[in-house]
Amino acid sequence: MPAFARYLAPLLAFLALAALLYKGLDIDPRTIPSPLIDKPAPAFKLPELKHPDKFISNADFQGKVTLLNVWATWCVACRQEHQNLVLLRQKGVDIYGLNYKDKRPAAEQWLQQFGNPYIVNAFDADGRVGIDWGVYGTPETFVIDKHGIIRHKHIGPITLNAIENEILPLVKKLREAN
Amino acid sequence: MRHEHLASRYIQLILVLLVTLMSVNITPVRAAGLEAFDFTGKVDEDRFKALIVQLRCLVCQNQSLADSDAELAHDLRREIYEMMDQGKTDKQIVDFLVARYGEFVLYKPRVEPRTWILWYGPFGLLVIGLLVLMITVRKRKNQRETGFSEQEQQRLNELLGDEANPEPGQEGDKPA
Repeated sequence: MPAFARYLAPLLAFLALAALLYKGLDIDPRTIPSPLIDKPAPAFKLPELKHPDKFISNADFQGKVTLLNVWATWCVACRQEHQNLVLLRQKGVDIYGLNYKDKRPAAEQWLQQFGNPYIVNAFDADGRVGIDWGVYGTPETFVIDKHGIIRHKHIGPITLNAIENEILPLVKKLREAN
Repeated sequence: MRHEHLASRYIQLILVLLVTLMSVNITPVRAAGLEAFDFTGKVDEDRFKALIVQLRCLVCQNQSLADSDAELAHDLRREIYEMMDQGKTDKQIVDFLVARYGEFVLYKPRVEPRTWILWYGPFGLLVIGLLVLMITVRKRKNQRETGFSEQEQQRLNELLGDEANPEPGQEGDKPA
């Protein structure tokens, strides 16, 4: 016991600390877990990007598995992920857009130029709906199930890797669920 | 010499890659200066300032909402101001933000089972430290009384055979 206490215990303590710090290397402090996971999507009602007189609300994505992508034309990483959203749309995923603190002409031009993967875009001019959804940096993408419950939040641009290993498997699983 | 040069080039390259990777991921929502609010009405300036100092800006992370220049901080200050104007309490406002951004917005974590180790851990360590200190001091004191180290005492016990006290450090307690 004294030999254990004297030599093995500090070694074990060191190993535990090393394991903890090693794990810490992989944690991105910018990825803040959302408290909205497994909660109903926050209610909103916003004008459409294209038709300011038409409104969309979260009732629109009831009954199917959807993605809500928060984006803006001033966001560099959004440009980076855009082609991947187009790809996701081609793979049959229903994507709604939340155009966040943007200008209508700029946003419309962006969609014409780079392709439009969105079923429809909500236009959040002052970012209030963004606050309700806990948006703190664009792009952010929420996966919402058939009952309007948020099941996942992807922070940062959607990569091909994220599509294959994260988004598509989850969408498939949620579609099969009741 | 060449090897050192090569190594430093590698380190440079790795640093550049790291910085690029870190900067590409999320675009912080940024804008200029702190806005002016009207404190002549219902909203108390001291209360407003006291509240925004306790809340973290999600974009900058190491700045409070009071310090941050980010656009999100600007929006959240506006939101907090309006909630105060509507007569909401500090608790209602904090709950509003926690419900959206999680407890990460709080600079001071709430006391709950999940954070007990954070709040009480240091006191636990202090108690352990005091115990270790007490044991060590007592041991040393006993050593000083006999003037022998543990090994010496053991050797002495061996030499003296059965009559010796097998427990070093208890001589003083033995009845005469």
